[in-house]
Amino acid sequence: MEIIEFVQLAFSDYTLRTITLGTAVLGAVTGMLGSFAVLRKESLLGDAISHAALPGIAIAFLITGSKDSHILLIGALVSGLIGTLWIRGITSKTYLKSDTALGLILSLFFGFGMLLLTYIQKQPNANQAGLDKYLFGQAATLVESDVWLMTLITGLCLIVLLLFWKEFKILLFDKDYAQTLGFNTKFIDILITSFIVLAIVLGLQTVGVVLMSAMLLAPAAAARQWTNSLGKMVFLAAILGASAGVFGTAISATQNNLSTGPVIVLVASIFVLFSFIFSPKRGLLFKRIRLIKNRNDLETQKTLAFMYHIVEDHDDVTHPHTIKMLNNFQGYSRKGLRKLVDKNYVEVEGGMWSMTSKGFKAAENLYNQNGKNV
Amino acid sequence: MEKIAVKVDDLTVAYNYKPVLWDIDLQIPEGVLMAIVGPNGAGKSTLIKAILGILKPIAGSVTIFDKPYKSQRKHVAYVPQKGSVDWDFPTTALDVVMMGTYGGLGWIKRPGIKQKKSALEALEKVGMLSFKSRQISQLSGGQQQRIFLARALVQDASIYFMDEPFQGVDATTEVAIINILKELRKAGKTVVVVHHDLQTVPEYFDWVTFLNVKKIATGAVKDIFNDDNLTKTYGINYKVSIQK
Repeated sequence: MEIIEFVQLAFSDYTLRTITLGTAVLGAVTGMLGSFAVLRKESLLGDAISHAALPGIAIAFLITGSKDSHILLIGALVSGLIGTLWIRGITSKTYLKSDTALGLILSLFFGFGMLLLTYIQKQPNANQAGLDKYLFGQAATLVESDVWLMTLITGLCLIVLLLFWKEFKILLFDKDYAQTLGFNTKFIDILITSFIVLAIVLGLQTVGVVLMSAMLLAPAAAARQWTNSLGKMVFLAAILGASAGVFGTAISATQNNLSTGPVIVLVASIFVLFSFIFSPKRGLLFKRIRLIKNRNDLETQKTLAFMYHIVEDHDDVTHPHTIKMLNNFQGYSRKGLRKLVDKNYVEVEGGMWSMTSKGFKAAENLYNQNGKNV
Repeated sequence: MEKIAVKVDDLTVAYNYKPVLWDIDLQIPEGVLMAIVGPNGAGKSTLIKAILGILKPIAGSVTIFDKPYKSQRKHVAYVPQKGSVDWDFPTTALDVVMMGTYGGLGWIKRPGIKQKKSALEALEKVGMLSFKSRQISQLSGGQQQRIFLARALVQDASIYFMDEPFQGVDATTEVAIINILKELRKAGKTVVVVHHDLQTVPEYFDWVTFLNVKKIATGAVKDIFNDDNLTKTYGINYKVSIQK
């Protein structure tokens, strides 16, 4: 299937349209909430929650015998929340640090979940097949009601974000201070964590337990590179998450039906990589370019300063001197000298250089600024 | 007699069964500029945090102007240690100062023109107006400290608690900050500062509390800031040449 065909089908074909919409909405909501997880330095919480959800899915199936995704997701939600509470409890009641608590709960719940899954598989029940799709996700199983549910939760999340925007912001930046202002930080904390758990549970069917945390982190990490405003970051993370969903679905649909979840995660990771390298303010590339430019500037300034010391003893500052004289000085380079000529600070003739009055003023300025620019 | 701004009774705080503050009784009169001094681990920050309800004490009570702290929050402003937050947070200097207005606004309500105006005024007071749109990670340590101070000023409180506002700032900023503190005192506010530099205590403050898990002494600097109390607090035979 070609990309153009995909675009056509995305509008006409029920299954493809459902999957595309579903992954887009999922990407948007996880991107938004992921920003908060990343800024709270709780990136791994998502991973722990998604793994903690697995036994809930198995238990919900064992109790009801139904494979209806909504029922299983309620199970996932309950066990995800229990896992989160335990993590919070461990960190506040014991000496253990949060990374240890996250690791413990993640492996404990995931191990228990896997145990239950194998137990279910051994049961003489024809209905049992297919629960393991929650491990890696299977976007193809999305139906319209799933998308509606996702949209509903996303809308709800958006309303809560807009209402409590200032409370969320101050909790993220300075929790203690927020408390002294009279805000119930526990309530804001629970609100934000509950939505993160909800978003993760929503994504299990599509992306799966194992890769879900990437949906939370990747768009947020990429968005952070492009902006220094919380609002823009959350918005951009939502856009990037949604795009990863759509592109991922498109690629998986056009390329021999590659598994959708992993492709979405890969696309999101490419966004991250691209942002790390190419973002203008924080990206590696521009950082490198700025470093080289600064170094060059410094070099020419050093040369100019050296020349200044030579000429300041003369009555006539434009008196020519030999270039060889500069060779004794490490900061000198042909490129640097050329730059000074380009700026009209220095004139070169034969093997001699002479400083212009403009250059002399510039050199004087270097010193007058209290060494700020030297 | 002067009014008592802050009254602490029998306050005891412990981390994991180890007492950090033991049975503190403290009265801070209104209108003083007070330093809390003591060695590392003496519980100076803990005392402020316990007064502000950030930490739960095992025992004891705190009243602000004779009423429980919870009902008096709007009279109290707090300047946390600069290192307690992540300065790479995506926000601007003005935005951080605006947070000082959040308490007055209460839940859900957004800051408007009035709040922005008072935030800008506070930025001007600390000499940071030209940095208002600067991303906070691009501010120097001293500038970040001034931003925190401006955020507290916006609260327009009667009592200010500051946790090491002079930590890691250069001499210029230190002078700028102490001038603001003295202005606050002149306006009748009470200012409580966790302070490390003993040499500057007589110059900056008029009131002092010596703390080392227990309260050693509290009172006017001219009466109690002496070698005897310093030795009791710091354990070693401490001698500072105090220029009075």
